[in-house]
Amino acid sequence: MNLKKKAYELRKDVVDMIYRAKTGHIGGDLSVMEILVDLYYKQMNVTPENFKDADHDRFVMSKGHSVEALYAVLADRGFFPKEDLKTFAAFGSKYIGHPTNKVNGIEMNTGSLGHGLGVGVGMALAGKMNDKNYRVYVVMGDGELAEGSVWEAAMAGSHFKLDNLTAFVDRNHLQISGTTEQVMNQKSQETRWAAFGWNVIRVPGNDLDAIDDAVEIAKKIKDKPTVIIAHTVKGCGISFVENQVGWHHHVPNDEEYQAALKELDERGAQYE
Amino acid sequence: MNKIANKTIMNNVLIEEAAKDKDIIVLCSDSRGSAGLGPYSKEHPKQFVEVGIAEQNLVTIAAGLASCGKKSFVFSPASFLSTRSMEQAKVDVAYSHTNVKLVGISGGVSYGELGMTHQSANDIAIMASTPGMRVYLPCDRFQTEKLLRALLQDKDPAYIRIGRNAVEDVYEEGNVPFELNKSTLVQDGTDVTIIACGEMVQGAKAAGALLKEKNISARVIDMYCLKPIDEEAIIKAAKETKLILTVEEHVKIGGLGSMVAQVAAENAPVKVVSIGLPDEPAIAGKSAQIFKYYGLDAEGIVKKISELL
Ligand SMILES: Cc1ncc(C[n+]2csc(CCOP(=O)(O)OP(=O)(O)O)c2C)c(N)n1
Repeated sequence: MNLKKKAYELRKDVVDMIYRAKTGHIGGDLSVMEILVDLYYKQMNVTPENFKDADHDRFVMSKGHSVEALYAVLADRGFFPKEDLKTFAAFGSKYIGHPTNKVNGIEMNTGSLGHGLGVGVGMALAGKMNDKNYRVYVVMGDGELAEGSVWEAAMAGSHFKLDNLTAFVDRNHLQISGTTEQVMNQKSQETRWAAFGWNVIRVPGNDLDAIDDAVEIAKKIKDKPTVIIAHTVKGCGISFVENQVGWHHHVPNDEEYQAALKELDERGAQYE
Repeated sequence: MNKIANKTIMNNVLIEEAAKDKDIIVLCSDSRGSAGLGPYSKEHPKQFVEVGIAEQNLVTIAAGLASCGKKSFVFSPASFLSTRSMEQAKVDVAYSHTNVKLVGISGGVSYGELGMTHQSANDIAIMASTPGMRVYLPCDRFQTEKLLRALLQDKDPAYIRIGRNAVEDVYEEGNVPFELNKSTLVQDGTDVTIIACGEMVQGAKAAGALLKEKNISARVIDMYCLKPIDEEAIIKAAKETKLILTVEEHVKIGGLGSMVAQVAAENAPVKVVSIGLPDEPAIAGKSAQIFKYYGLDAEGIVKKISELL
């Protein structure tokens, strides 16, 4: 399947999980989807078969609340049966509302924002120490960047010259309480990362080709980590969810659920 | 019966009090919605500080404000306040003795499907073991209001944990026994004593009634004040009843059960059994499902006492 269409099919899985479980973080799931699709279908050397090997590429979902998107991708890549998605957030399920390494394909437990980049630094550093060629990818939210720990990790990433580390910022401009600019100003995002010694690439974040090009560039940069500031649309794919702060963790009702699936089908169909 | 979340009452009281006292400042970390503080933030934008997703900064700024005469009320999920910003709570609040009230919202297993990152199953242990920090877990809206009004009068650090969900009333309008730092006797009894805190008081009260039907006279104590803990009430129960059962939405290590057992062991040894969360990430689910699973409800309490007697 065309990967652009794939991103819309996976969005349907996300909507389905959230509608079924009556919980989840829909806005950020939908904004991050193309990043995950590029990494898991094109860029990363990670499969259910090699996941336990020392050489596979590492991924950390630092904005752990977007776990539904990650579960949908992992299921589709064969890390666990798609059927399991139906147990998302159910009583006693291991498929809880944040990434957990009880689930096959997930490396590190997240959910508390601001941990992923530091973990990624550790993983990339281990790669250097062990002379491994794997690459490390971390996805953060823009609201998440208010955590000081992100910047401690950013400092370390460039200090250790971790050119095997690529971070993404899902720059959708929204968090829970409003826009990032209202809550805690994020302007000059690019300049900040550059000042911390990172190679900075800005891309339209729901454009699969642009993301893929950026990842290719990052692989060629030497002696410094790369951050890809992905300018995404929160809620991307469902018009009434797009750019709506209230849809951070809103659950669709029956009508909205049907409308969402219909629109995702339509939008996906243009890539057939 | 009314079902109102304790956070809603805090929002209401703070709206009212902040209008009279310009030094009251509420601080949030992208948490105003979860804290039920939307109305407060709109009513008193000048007495509201949003720091973004930065819990360490949140507590430190609150302490800085307090050192300049402000009365800081910090609202953030209990899971993050008691771990992410714990050093700030220890150094800038408890140690420096600043007038900061830390309100841990969505406490315990309120975020039951979200995993251990979002659960505060050891916040009592962490906070209570910090010199200078008082710890409170109110059970219903009436008690929450009394507690908040009492804390508005003092200048000392405190940690208050409340749950996310609307809770049924334990007390009644106009009949809310409350003395700061003294437990509340919910029901008197002579056979066994049940000591509970926070949302568990509801189940303990119901269990007390169920036990009565079985001709077991249970004393039910609402230990909303974890620190300072009401030693007198514990010692009295230890002397007058033959068993103490503690019930808490917290791991058994270092929480209510540990503290009660310590007071009893030192003063009037009696069997103390505790029900709490396990020493592992709690099972995923809605909090009511989780309570039931671990016996943290009226049924579980009655079952435990029946086994023990
Ligand atoms: C340390 C921490 N503080 C608070 C939260 C609660 N929380 C979950 S999602 C979220 C907003 C995240 O915004 P952003 O990073 O911009 O993510 P996105 O918009 O992509 O969903 C917050 C505050 C958390 N998970 N971890």
